[in-house]
Amino acid sequence: MFFSFFAELRDAKVPVSLREYLTLMEAMQKRVAAFDIEEFYFLARTSLVKDERHLDRFDRVFGHCFKGIETLADPKAELPEAWLKKLAERFLTEEEKKQIEALGGWEKLMEALRQRLAEQRARHQGGSKWIGTAGTSPFGAHGYNPEGVRIGQEEGRNRSAVKVWDRREFRNLDDTVELGTRNVKLALRRLRQFAREGAAEELDLDGTVKSTAHNAGWLDLKLVPERHNTVKLLLFIDVGGSMEDHVRVCEELFSAARSEFKHLIHFYFHNCIYDSVWRDSRRRQIEQTPVVELIRTYDPSYRVVLVGDASMSPYEIEKEGGSVERWNDEPGETWLRRLLDAYPKAVWLNPVPQKYWTGTASIGMIRQIVADRMFPLTLDGLDRAMRRLTR
Amino acid sequence: MRRFEGTDTYVATQDLRVAVNAAIALERPLLVKGEPGTGKTILAHEIARGIGKDLITWHIKSTTKAQQGLYEYDAVSRLRDGQLGDERVHDIANYIVPGKLWEAFEAAAAPVLLIDEIDKADIEFPNDLLLELDRMEFYVYETRRTISARHRPIVVITSNNEKELPDAFLRRCFFHYIRFPDRTTMQQIIDVHFPNLKHELLREALTIFYEIREVPGLKKKPSTSELLDWIKLLLVEDVPPDVLRTRDPAKLIPPLHGALLKNEQDVHLFERLAFLHRRERG
Ligand SMILES: Nc1ncnc2c1ncn2[C@@H]1O[C@H](COP(=O)(O)OP(=O)(O)O)[C@@H](O)[C@H]1O
Ligand SMILES: [Mg+2]
Repeated sequence: MFFSFFAELRDAKVPVSLREYLTLMEAMQKRVAAFDIEEFYFLARTSLVKDERHLDRFDRVFGHCFKGIETLADPKAELPEAWLKKLAERFLTEEEKKQIEALGGWEKLMEALRQRLAEQRARHQGGSKWIGTAGTSPFGAHGYNPEGVRIGQEEGRNRSAVKVWDRREFRNLDDTVELGTRNVKLALRRLRQFAREGAAEELDLDGTVKSTAHNAGWLDLKLVPERHNTVKLLLFIDVGGSMEDHVRVCEELFSAARSEFKHLIHFYFHNCIYDSVWRDSRRRQIEQTPVVELIRTYDPSYRVVLVGDASMSPYEIEKEGGSVERWNDEPGETWLRRLLDAYPKAVWLNPVPQKYWTGTASIGMIRQIVADRMFPLTLDGLDRAMRRLTR
Repeated sequence: MRRFEGTDTYVATQDLRVAVNAAIALERPLLVKGEPGTGKTILAHEIARGIGKDLITWHIKSTTKAQQGLYEYDAVSRLRDGQLGDERVHDIANYIVPGKLWEAFEAAAAPVLLIDEIDKADIEFPNDLLLELDRMEFYVYETRRTISARHRPIVVITSNNEKELPDAFLRRCFFHYIRFPDRTTMQQIIDVHFPNLKHELLREALTIFYEIREVPGLKKKPSTSELLDWIKLLLVEDVPPDVLRTRDPAKLIPPLHGALLKNEQDVHLFERLAFLHRRERG
């Protein structure tokens, strides 16, 4: 049962690792929770789940795995080693295996754990067995039958009450939305992080002079933390029709970006870059900024982030007059390349899930033009994009 | 080690108690998250009180660095002393200023160490503390001395979710998310703060409070701390319960709402919605 619980958590994308699992085992041995299914649920939750967005998934898996179970019997203080090993082989990532190696390997780990449990046992003077019902060994199927690691079932204890986990109280925290502001901020911070230049402390010359004068000429150094962000960013957001679905995400990205960067200049475009872009959507007809002027105004140390779904007719990219906005003398591709040439550090963020990219010709074309620097608008995509920008 | 069961001034739900006791028993940090005002900071105080420990608080700001929790080397003072010809200058140890972790490590009995609002700091901050919190020791290069915890402190870390915390860090912690208290829990919380509150007032105040929280589009939902402030005001002003119930339709928002709605936009929004709502009701 534990085995399938762990496996199902992983399947449900609750990122539990062996480390958490061992923590739970240890906590059970130390009797943090009474042998009561509800306490066990709380203990498992605090040990295995590290993000509130995963709580609901945890609840569902728990409900499924421990259906109808009322009591956990007291574990016999024996570590089901073979079982843990098996578990580890199946579920450890390469990285985790290496970590265990670094700890002195599996045997060492088991040894340490066993020892600790032994001490524990001595103090507690042994517990009773894990009591199971009707011989349901969860490990039989795998050829392991560590004595009595089973979960008992007890009748008649308040069975009608809705279980805590079945109440699904964390449902609204499961944020499977592509990107919340929080995540965007996080990823954008990384850019800032990489961009912080020089030492974190710098000499405050004015302060030093003043203070030294105060001190009748004794040198008195003053330091101030250098905390400002030096990254300069040009952000281009596609506000075209097919982008409507993604406007919310883009605005989040935009609002998050504004608080993160000291120099952030934003522009809007429609589908592709042409001879001009605009800064205020309501005044787009009257206040256009020519791209040529933009390139003259902002020096090449600016990084460029384009956000758009790159979903359009190929004409809009490769033909004169292809723009849906107004007549363009030169194709979008020419303008886009011009912009990219002026700003060597550039990325394109695409809100369309990556698995659909190959299905849209224009996405492939834009991808080629931006020299494969297109990233999906997910936390991971943003992360890679930011890293790319700081290369 | 004593178990934490909540205190006479703090309502700890069962899930929270299990989490705290797990952290105490296994000597690993407890990470607490939840909406602002749900009692994250106060929890560490109450744990300390509940199990009879000292509390050491390290409040994190955006400029806080991990090293500051260990120790800082005060080069400026040393330079000044050097110029003044002070004898102290020859011993670098005189210029090593211990941080909160050091303080916690040297305590005679294991204290509770609160690292408050860890998400305020730089994104690398938690990673920078990983080893120290794991091993409960660190090395002072300047004096070539290792500082090890005499007793592993009980570490409580709070986060307001401004940034995500690194996986490696999370794996070492127990985690508890304080769900916003339901009505019953909230009643208990109010009860520990205002034991003599009249039943009726409590009921009406809670109804209004949860109604306000339901209003869609609020910039800042009022939290436990705002509710407590509001009730305190209601008591000071001696607002009778029936005023809360039969609110004058002309006055659409609850009395003394300033304690609950902290910004003007929310007040406007609430006025608009309350107005519509009342009209519907007739
Ligand atoms: N469970 C609780 N029991 C008693 N008082 C509480 C509880 N939760 C919150 N409070 C009250 O709310 C106030 C705000 O709590 P605080 O710890 O500052 O919140 P946070 O750190 O989560 O923003 C506290 O002063 C406390 O009086
Ligand atoms: Mg707080």
